[in-house]
Amino acid sequence: MSTAATTHQTKWWSGGKSPFNLEYGKLMMWYFLMSDTFTFGAFLISYGTIRFSQNFWPDPNVVFNAFPGAGHANLPLAFVSVMTFILIISSVTMVLAVHAGHNRDKKAVVKWLSWTIVGGFAFLSCQAWEWHHLITGEHAALVDGQIQLIGQTTAMNPWGQLAETSAITDALHNSSQEVLAKLVYEHDHSKSLEQLIATPKDQLISALNIAELHIREKGPVAFGGYFYGITGFHGFHVFSGVIINIVMLVMAQKDVFEKRGHYLMIEKAGLYWHFVDLVWVFVFLCFYLI
Amino acid sequence: MPSEVTFEHHVSDAEFKSKVRKTTILLSVITVIELCIGLIIYNIHKGESPSHLLVLMFKGAVCILSLAKAYYIVSIFMHLGDEIRNMIMTIVVPLLLFIWFITAFIVDGNSYKNLRNTYDPHFKESTMPREHHSTTEKAHDEPKEGKQ
Repeated sequence: MSTAATTHQTKWWSGGKSPFNLEYGKLMMWYFLMSDTFTFGAFLISYGTIRFSQNFWPDPNVVFNAFPGAGHANLPLAFVSVMTFILIISSVTMVLAVHAGHNRDKKAVVKWLSWTIVGGFAFLSCQAWEWHHLITGEHAALVDGQIQLIGQTTAMNPWGQLAETSAITDALHNSSQEVLAKLVYEHDHSKSLEQLIATPKDQLISALNIAELHIREKGPVAFGGYFYGITGFHGFHVFSGVIINIVMLVMAQKDVFEKRGHYLMIEKAGLYWHFVDLVWVFVFLCFYLI
Repeated sequence: MPSEVTFEHHVSDAEFKSKVRKTTILLSVITVIELCIGLIIYNIHKGESPSHLLVLMFKGAVCILSLAKAYYIVSIFMHLGDEIRNMIMTIVVPLLLFIWFITAFIVDGNSYKNLRNTYDPHFKESTMPREHHSTTEKAHDEPKEGKQ
């Protein structure tokens, strides 16, 4: 099976054997991953440059504080830690799949690969929920002298600094009936939203406690583009990783690797999958922690 | 025809399992510590007069912990540590470019900010964080945090 002469201590390559003792495809996977590192690095560094060029940047704990099914509860970092652990665990199951491949244990390969795919889908679902929540969320923000309910998009950012009380007072009078009704409704459910919309503006404004409103100014627009761009690019990697893993699963099921005599393909897919986890370490760091 | 490369690196099952278990625990523990630091930073920001130096130190600590995580993923999970040294070098040495890459671009962003603050009073006025209102606003911060 192997050339016994390949020692790991070889200093200079003298020909006649594989210099790195690596199969071509696996070596090329490593170089692909290295170049992909530069792609992700460029994105993240560009984000860092823009962030360092701003006087104010939103605090991630304020932006990412929602959890599915928890309503308006303030749970900073909770959901993203679930996502992080899903990726770590799916990385571990991938290690086990690769190891089962070394042992040419088809049943274990299929089992661990399936769990890895489940982990990948779980991560993608979490990301879908998070994006949906951020885009469709309605956050009261002070925009152009009036209060608007906006979500986090690539064109709008509702996470600026806390607005000053005097500015909010003026803005309330310029705001639309619907926005005011919704603001009142958020704190007080004694009347229905339809009833509140029919209520005169002055009454709505007096029903609001300005100090309690917690209205922010517009934040830096670049936030949305970088967040969706980079987490989207990472999500695309997760997605393609899941597809590759599914292909590997089908091939393993059909005994393709068994006939070939080795499960090296699983190893290459594994490298890609670990890389996805590796990138998440830095995406997590740059967007959620600092 | 004899194969040119070793396809199977035989490791004993017990040794492999303990290595994977240790790495998994290590990665989880580091992640939990990172999350704790994230929450500490959040609480420092919420406080009366946040110490920027303290926040910066915690952020630096999180960066170092992330690098440690990356090291364990690459060397243990991806088995780069088990490859031939010269092969490792062809991957690691080009990555050293990142040292220049990160430094240069972040310094560039910072210098752009300083230039704008010096020559564009409107930019400075409209974006500089206001500290003075924190005592009145922040007092109401606590109970309403969830409404953001």
